Amino acid sequence: MKENRYEIRIGGSGGQGVILMAVILAEAVGVYGGQFVCQTQSYGPEARGGKSKAEVVVSGTEIDYPKVIQMDLFLAMNQPSLDAYFYDFKPNGLLLVDSTFVEQIPTSRVIAIPFTRIARQEFKQEMVANMVALGALGHLCPQVRVEHLREALLARVPPHTRALNGDAFAAGLAAAQGVDLAALPHSIVSEEQGDEV
Amino acid sequence: MERIEQLRHTYLRHDKKFPHVWCPGCGNGIVLGSLIRAIDRLGLTQDEIVLASGIGCAGRMSVYADFNTLHATHGRALTFATGIKLARPELTLIAVMGDGDATGIGGNHFIHAARRNLNMTAIIINNQIYGMTGGQYSPTTPYGAHAATAVFGNLEHAFSIAELAVTAGASFVARGTVYHVPELDRLLEKGIAKNGFSVIEILSNCHTQFGRRNQMGDPVTMMRWLKEHAVPAVKAGDLAPESIEGKFTIGVLVDREKPDYLKEYERVRAEARQKAAEAKP
Amino acid sequence: MSGTGAGRRVLLQGNEAIVEGALAAGCRLFAGYPITPASEISELMSLRLPAVAGTFIQMEDEIASIGAVIGASLAGVKSLTATSGPGFSLMQENLGFACMAEVPCVIVNVMRGGASTGLPTSPAQGDVMQARWGTHGDHPIIVLAVSSVADSFEITVHAFNLAEKYRVPVIILSDEVVAHTRETFVLPGPDQVEVVDRMRPSVPPQWYKPYADNSRGVPAMAAMGDGYRHHVTGLIHDESGFPTQRGDEINALVRRQFRKITNGFFEIQMTRSFMMEGAQVAVIAYGSVARSAKRAVRMAREQGIDAGLLQLVTLFPFPRKDVDQVLRQCKAVIVPEMNMGQISREVKRVNRRCRIITYNRVDGQLITPEEIFEELGG
Repeated sequence: MKENRYEIRIGGSGGQGVILMAVILAEAVGVYGGQFVCQTQSYGPEARGGKSKAEVVVSGTEIDYPKVIQMDLFLAMNQPSLDAYFYDFKPNGLLLVDSTFVEQIPTSRVIAIPFTRIARQEFKQEMVANMVALGALGHLCPQVRVEHLREALLARVPPHTRALNGDAFAAGLAAAQGVDLAALPHSIVSEEQGDEV
Repeated sequence: MERIEQLRHTYLRHDKKFPHVWCPGCGNGIVLGSLIRAIDRLGLTQDEIVLASGIGCAGRMSVYADFNTLHATHGRALTFATGIKLARPELTLIAVMGDGDATGIGGNHFIHAARRNLNMTAIIINNQIYGMTGGQYSPTTPYGAHAATAVFGNLEHAFSIAELAVTAGASFVARGTVYHVPELDRLLEKGIAKNGFSVIEILSNCHTQFGRRNQMGDPVTMMRWLKEHAVPAVKAGDLAPESIEGKFTIGVLVDREKPDYLKEYERVRAEARQKAAEAKP
Repeated sequence: MSGTGAGRRVLLQGNEAIVEGALAAGCRLFAGYPITPASEISELMSLRLPAVAGTFIQMEDEIASIGAVIGASLAGVKSLTATSGPGFSLMQENLGFACMAEVPCVIVNVMRGGASTGLPTSPAQGDVMQARWGTHGDHPIIVLAVSSVADSFEITVHAFNLAEKYRVPVIILSDEVVAHTRETFVLPGPDQVEVVDRMRPSVPPQWYKPYADNSRGVPAMAAMGDGYRHHVTGLIHDESGFPTQRGDEINALVRRQFRKITNGFFEIQMTRSFMMEGAQVAVIAYGSVARSAKRAVRMAREQGIDAGLLQLVTLFPFPRKDVDQVLRQCKAVIVPEMNMGQISREVKRVNRRCRIITYNRVDGQLITPEEIFEELGG
């Protein structure tokens, strides 16, 4: 399938702001970036706690199936969501985890950044961990431009929290800038083979 | 007599609607007469009145009167009326229902309409029975009374409709009977004129279905029963409790000022307009 | 939000796009009761309607909600309610009233898993037959299915237009996937969409017959309070609107109500063909499943399989003309549905010229492209 479909999944627990991250990402790519985008989520009846999953599919052409088929990028904000949603990970896909909560990592192709610890230490608020993670995504995800992401973020959050969220975003961006993507180990399964699975 | 002719000519529909479906001696016709006199006295035009009704004998009233009329589904007259009032606040909404209609199948709508306080009038003709379907017991059939489905006597206890409306928050609540007609005229007039949700419960006779099963098989006996059991609400407080045992009060039970829903909603509209204007880039 | 011409490029959920579509179509009253996964429609309406001099009201249940919607429409205001399966069940009674009294209105059912309380947060397509036959008695009705955010806007506008044009309730079937998927979409400006309004009487009030037949079978409709006093009832009625038990009048009413939909069949029938040229095997799908089917067809074509897709937008009146062509053209047709087989029965009723394969999924998950691809011989 020669379309430039790029699939992102974000997993966490309800209340971590997983869906908000996906919405901001979708807005950055779709509204500011002008690409086709589908953002979906699955959730349980609880507003807080429980597992939460949000997905963003990006494409240069109209998107048919709106959900993730094989992930290009998976951001796991905690261990249970990593365990539950790691399936259908693409060979040479990118796994990004919040190392504050994730200890067991099923692949060596991983970037581990302590989003929650950064939020706690630098901003005294765990709540902004999702914005820290979004900053890191801005650097690591090739489909989105950092300025679009920042713009979308500032437009979505309540005005009085803009400064805080913007700073958290910058902190995540800085943390990810030290990462060398080329240095990550490669999958021995080629992407072409992966498609056949 | 000439005046009555004129009212009849003005307010009743002439072609194909008569004879009506009600039994000879039925109280529904008395209520319709009272309603027409009240509307006439208030000077309202026929075009500005919407008469909505539910299902059952009382529900058939809407077809005979020459207003904007709506014969809704069973128990739902108030929900349709709510939509009409919200869409055209300048119209005068009157809903006519029976006891089973308003407090059985439509009980939930009734208490919420009272709570919401839209400016409309609910007329509930309480004949203590499901008449049209053949005399089954209703939410207002007295304990021990006989009905087609209570051959051995009713085991359930009756709602007191007017008191229910008071508790639910209606702005104006009154009770009348089809025997006390001049007073009924005045109660309906007050209720329709009231700005807020008004309830007028009207005790009526169904000698065919209720009376026949409860030793009151003719309209005169039932009228006598209504006369003997009605106690004016203004006097009830002064009477010894045992003397009003098994009786009911008539007159105005509540007349209070509450914020009108649509007036409140104007405030919502103003705020929403402002918020929308601010959100524009 | 960046502006593109007269429209705006926005990221919206399906539920939000329904609100935008309704407002663009001239809807000015919403009455509803909270229910997952349709509540976003209520919430957004409560914010948007008062700003455009419209009215939002949260009623005590879904029975009351559709009652208020019918009342408002009788008073001349286009109105909407939205719910999911359990609430849709409660609405069936008054839905029948809207059919009988020919009251234009739009009802959105965001389908979730059923029966009963079922799966509140998961998608399904189990209410298709209920949408057609849920209310008792013979009645005409239009049922449309949406598959994307753009659809949710456009089909909602169209639903209002059809409701007004034919004086029928129109049901929009969405599902949890469409309702909660956010997609970018260029929201047209207020004057960019065609809006249809009901025919109002052009005769003086004393000549007005609210249910008089005409060549279209759709009588002119006066609003309450406009001076055209008349009677509206759920009873079978004559052309003046008054109850009747005369056989000739009963027959005239019921047959006219069916005729008006039959007359408009080709306008109401909406389908979308995808890669149907030369197709030997086809998928017939609707709602979110049509999206999976589209991808499955692409995958099959890449494998050299002559596959195509007929997406049904109108579910009722069943688009039998378009389906008939597909059944004549293909050797096999696959009907994937998130139910135990509902539209597949209608497909089979059209003709049995080719093999009709049902594919059903009822575990609260969207059917995937791979599943349909396999059925296509991939």
